Amino acid sequence: MAIRERLSGNEAVAYAIKQVNPDVMPAFPITPSTEIPQYVANYIANGEIDTEFIHVESEHSAMSATIGATAAGARAITATSSCGMALMWEELYVAASNRLPIVLALVNRALSGPININADHSDSMGARDSGWIQIYAESNQEVYDNFIQAFPIAEDKRVHLPVMVCQDGFITSHGVENILLAEDAAVKKFVGEYDPEHYLLNASEKMAIGPYAVSNYYMETKRAQRQAMINAREVILEVAARFEKMTGRKYGFFETYQMEDAEYAVVIIGSAAGTCKAAIDEIRSITGKKVGLIKIRVFRPFPEEELAEALSKVKAVAIMDRSEMFAATSGPLGAEVRAALYQARITAEVVNYFYGLGGRDITVSDFKTVYKNLETIAETHIVTDMYEYIGLRREQTEEV
Amino acid sequence: MAREKIQDRINEQSPWQHITEGNKIFEAATSKDFCTGEWRTTTPIWESEKCKQCLLCTPVCPDSSIPVITGKRAEFDYEHCKGCGICAKVCPFGAISMREGK
Amino acid sequence: MKDTIEIRWHGRGGQGAKTAALLLADVAFKTGKYVQGFPEYGPERMGAPITAYNRISSKPITVHSNIYEPDYVVVVDESLLDSIDVTKGLNPEGAVIVNSTRSKEEIEEHLHGYTGAVYTVNAKEISIKALGKNYPNSPMLAATVAVSKVMDREAFLTEMKASFQHKFAKKPEVIDGNMMALELAFAHTDKNKAQ
Repeated sequence: MAIRERLSGNEAVAYAIKQVNPDVMPAFPITPSTEIPQYVANYIANGEIDTEFIHVESEHSAMSATIGATAAGARAITATSSCGMALMWEELYVAASNRLPIVLALVNRALSGPININADHSDSMGARDSGWIQIYAESNQEVYDNFIQAFPIAEDKRVHLPVMVCQDGFITSHGVENILLAEDAAVKKFVGEYDPEHYLLNASEKMAIGPYAVSNYYMETKRAQRQAMINAREVILEVAARFEKMTGRKYGFFETYQMEDAEYAVVIIGSAAGTCKAAIDEIRSITGKKVGLIKIRVFRPFPEEELAEALSKVKAVAIMDRSEMFAATSGPLGAEVRAALYQARITAEVVNYFYGLGGRDITVSDFKTVYKNLETIAETHIVTDMYEYIGLRREQTEEV
Repeated sequence: MAREKIQDRINEQSPWQHITEGNKIFEAATSKDFCTGEWRTTTPIWESEKCKQCLLCTPVCPDSSIPVITGKRAEFDYEHCKGCGICAKVCPFGAISMREGK
Repeated sequence: MKDTIEIRWHGRGGQGAKTAALLLADVAFKTGKYVQGFPEYGPERMGAPITAYNRISSKPITVHSNIYEPDYVVVVDESLLDSIDVTKGLNPEGAVIVNSTRSKEEIEEHLHGYTGAVYTVNAKEISIKALGKNYPNSPMLAATVAVSKVMDREAFLTEMKASFQHKFAKKPEVIDGNMMALELAFAHTDKNKAQ
C-alpha cells in the first residue's frame, strides 16, 4: 500500500535514502541541497539507518570519498548543487570512467556568476558529457521515484555507471506537495542488497582500479564506456517497468502529454513541464488548438530516435532550455533535439527558447505565448534567431 | 607453466570490446611483467667486496631493483633496473659504479 | 467553488509566514486535499519582506510557478503595506486578511484601490489573550481558513489539535492556549464578516 504524504523534494530524497539505507554518504552542504544530508544525518543520529556519514571539507572530497567507498565495495551516495558540483568536476569523470554505480542527488541551481541560489540547469548541463546518466524530475513524486530507480539502473551489470538524479532547486526541493511513498520493505526489495562482483575490499580477488591509460588504450576505453551508456537505455526501461509494477506509476525516457494529435509541441526538462501542462489544458479547453508537450526525463543517454518519432507529425516545436550557452547554436537540449530531428529528416519548424535562468519564474501565461509563437512560426516559416528568450526584459526598440 | 601476462590478453592491438570494465585490472603487481630494464642506458655494477651491507642503496632505488635477502643486499634485478644511478650516488663506500650500456 | 484556491502570504523574515504557509498546506493535506506550500527564496534575512504561497485543490496540481493572481492574500506584518502592493493581482471576489490593530477602513487606505473584501485580525491581542505571548501564526491561519473556506472548520480544528498534541507533547499546557487562539480568531473573523 502506498503511503499518502506531503513532502518537499529534499525531504522526498532523504526519505528515499532512509528506505534504501546506503552504506556510505560523504557530503558537503550547499544551498539548496543542504537539507538532504541534514535529514540523513538526523536519521543516522536517531538510529533509523546505519549509513556511514563522512564529514568532508569540500565537494571535491565528497565525490572522492564516494568514489573510494564505491570502489571498495560499498553502496555510496552523495548530494550537491551548483558550485558544489563544479568542485566535483574532475571526480565526476573519474566516477564514470571507473564505472562506479554512484547515485548523486543533484538539486539544480545556477552556477556563479553572478552568484545566485535559484533553479537553473547550468550545473548539470555542464556535466552532461561527464559520462553520468542524467534523470530529471518534474515534481517531488518524480524525484522520489527516480531516486529509487537510480540504484538498479546504476548497479546493473550491463551499465555500471553513476546516475545523477536532478530536481529544480527550491521549486521542487523546498516546495511541499502531495506524494505517494512506497513502503520500506517494497523499496528495499526493489533496490535489493548491493552485491558487487568486483571490489577492492574483496580479499579473495586481486584488483586495481583507475590505471593510467596511454593513447593506445584511451580511445578504446572511452568507446567501451559509451557502450555502458547505450546499454543503459534498455536497463532504464526495464527498471521503469518493474517500478510501474510496484507503484502503478509509468516512466520512460520522456513523458508525452497531449501529443497524439499535437501540431505544436514544447520540449522541456524539469518542474516547468507541470506549468506547461496547465497551459495545454487551458488552451485545449478554450480554443481546441492542438498543443502538446514532451518532458525529457532521461537526458543521458539521450533518446534521439524515440524523440524524433514522437515529434514526427508536429508543425512546430519549441525546445526550452534552462541554461545559457553564449552564442552556441542552441541550448543543450536545443542542440540535441535539433540534431535528432535533422538526422531523422523531420522538417518541423524549430525554435529554441531560454527561460527560467537563475530562478526566473515561468508561468502558464508564458507558455501560452510560446504556443502562440509556434502557430506564427508554422505559418510564416520564419525563425529569427538560433535561440530566443522567454521572460527577458528588453529595450522597446529592440526587434523581438 | 609460465604465468599468463595481462598484455597477452589486452594489448595495443586489442579492439575496444576487449577492454575491461573501467580498465580494472584483476591481478596484483603487474608492473613486474614490464621489463623496464630494457630502458637502461647505463648499468650499476656492485662490487660486493667493497660493500659494507649498510643497505643505504635499497630504499633509494625507485624501481625496487635491489633485493634484500636475510638482511643483506643481493645482486641487482637487471630485469627492472632503469640505470638511474641513485644507488651509486648514495653509496658511501664506492661499492657501486655506473657503466655505459646495458 | 473553484478547483484550486491560491493564497499568497506576505511577512517579514523570521515572523513565520513561510511556516504558516507550510502549516496550512499540512492541515489541508490532512483533510484530503492536494496541496502546495512554497516560499519564494532570495537573499532575505530577518526582517526582510518575504513571500510564501499555497495552492489547495481537490485535483492534482501541476503548476510550478509563483502566484500572481491569488484568491486570498494574508499580510502577517502590516508595516509591509507601505512598501509592498500586497493586493497586486488579487481576485476582487477574494479577500485580503491583514494582521492589524487598526480598523478595516484605515487599512483600506493602503490597498491601492482594491475593491474586494478586507479583513483585519488583531492577531497580537488574540495571541496574548490565549497564549500570553505574541505568536500571530495560529490566529492568522484560523482567520485565513474562516475567510477562504478552503477547508471545513471542524476538520481544521481537529487536525490542528492533533498537530499541536504532537508538536507540544512535552508542553501539553500550551495546546489549549493554541486551540483557544484559533477559536478566538474564528469568532473575531465572524464578527468582522457580520459588519
